Amino acid sequence: MELFLDPMKLLLATAKDVLPVLGLLVLFQMVVLKKPLPRPGRIIFGFCLVLVGMACFLGGLDLALFPVGRTMALQLAKGAQSGGREIWAAYGWIYLFAFLVGFSTTIAEPSLIAVANKAEEASYKAVSSLGLRIAVALGVAVGITLGTFRIVTGTPLYIYILAGYVVVAIQTYFAPRMIIPLAYDSGGVTTSTVTVPLVAALGLGLASNVPGRSPVLDGFGLIAFASLFPIISVLGYAQLVQWIVGRRNKKK
Amino acid sequence: MHTGPLPNLMKALGAALLSACRDLAPIVIVIALFQLLILRQPFPDLVSVLGGLALVIVGLALFVVGLDIGLFPLGEALAEEFARKGSLVWLLVFAFALGFGTTVAEPALIAVTREGARAAAEAGLIENLPAAVKRYALHVRLTVALSVGVAIVLGVLRILRGWSLPMIVVGGYVLVMVMTFFAPKEIVGLAYDLGGVTTSTVTVPLVTALGVGLARTIRGRNPLTDGFGLIALASLTPMIFVMVLGLFVH
Repeated sequence: MELFLDPMKLLLATAKDVLPVLGLLVLFQMVVLKKPLPRPGRIIFGFCLVLVGMACFLGGLDLALFPVGRTMALQLAKGAQSGGREIWAAYGWIYLFAFLVGFSTTIAEPSLIAVANKAEEASYKAVSSLGLRIAVALGVAVGITLGTFRIVTGTPLYIYILAGYVVVAIQTYFAPRMIIPLAYDSGGVTTSTVTVPLVAALGLGLASNVPGRSPVLDGFGLIAFASLFPIISVLGYAQLVQWIVGRRNKKK
Repeated sequence: MHTGPLPNLMKALGAALLSACRDLAPIVIVIALFQLLILRQPFPDLVSVLGGLALVIVGLALFVVGLDIGLFPLGEALAEEFARKGSLVWLLVFAFALGFGTTVAEPALIAVTREGARAAAEAGLIENLPAAVKRYALHVRLTVALSVGVAIVLGVLRILRGWSLPMIVVGGYVLVMVMTFFAPKEIVGLAYDLGGVTTSTVTVPLVTALGVGLARTIRGRNPLTDGFGLIALASLTPMIFVMVLGLFVH
């Protein structure tokens, strides 16, 4: 029965998310710009697709991935608590899980797909959509792994963030100009529907299971890691491409 | 729908379905591997897992196609119209409304501010009464929405005037670090996380379309170097604003 009830609820919830945005756009288009919508049928149809798509996507995640992923994160976190000789092995699995979950959820993140496609179009294909997404996903993976390491060791959050900012500032100086705005943007884009629920479960599970950590002080902060490290990895990716092209040109 | 676009739509949907399968393969593999090899447990309810997976794939495909024919064209058309009309005030009002309006009701933000308020009450930063906790959560939420509105306004001004994004962002980071030392410790983690939470699945594509559309219409601006950067500002300002709020509450 639940299976039949949930879609309506989800559709309503998504509508609450999408309709105000549509309302705002139409209001400005009609009242301020005093222009009719260009091809209204098509645009409304597109909005309906977005609405139904998001409802299916979120409902499916709740049905298929989140329960399993959450239990898994909690079980792994609990395994770390048992201590003794196996403690390093247990943490090893957690780091591997954090890395892989960070990478794979970012690849599936809808807003990142949208921005990457836009970047490919805006750069006349100089930036590859898939390449950008892989760079971002690697950044998130490393960020979340480091974030879980921070929770396990209990080092203060701001030290990592400060170090990350310094690296970003240095990279900004050397990286190709055209990639910088996109790289900065990729930090904020990565963490939404797919990544946050799984990562939050991992962080809170760890913080409440590792001895000496409090969920209040240590549970937060993983998302901050996941938004900082993609900037570094995308800038790094651009620098790598620049370096390879430069070397090839020198050889010629 | 006319007869013409329909085959095109079908083709687009087919392609989107294929790439959705590709995009979701990694997470399916990761979860299945951990479930079967490391935790050594069968899936609790295989039918609902498979059904959910099919829904996720179809949903992602519809979302991507819908953005392409609905949200992106509308966002860019608006941006172009604003640029052509040359009314700076209305453009900035629109930018603020877009940032504030899409953030204030964001479910993820509501959830995180509620958690944050509870944590703040436990830490003794505010009174541990339900009304005080609720009011605090609302204040944080409004602060974040305000900061995103300001960020989009600032970002649009940057595109129009051609200001350097690295200068603004690095300056913002310095402010974040300075604030970190003055703000109460309990709010720092929350403030850092709020930067990442604010930008939702609908807002991100729309704001990107606005930026790229503006940069494309204004002479001398490049869609790649000038059109992006709005999201970056929208994830930076909440950290600063919320830590400032923390100072006041403290």
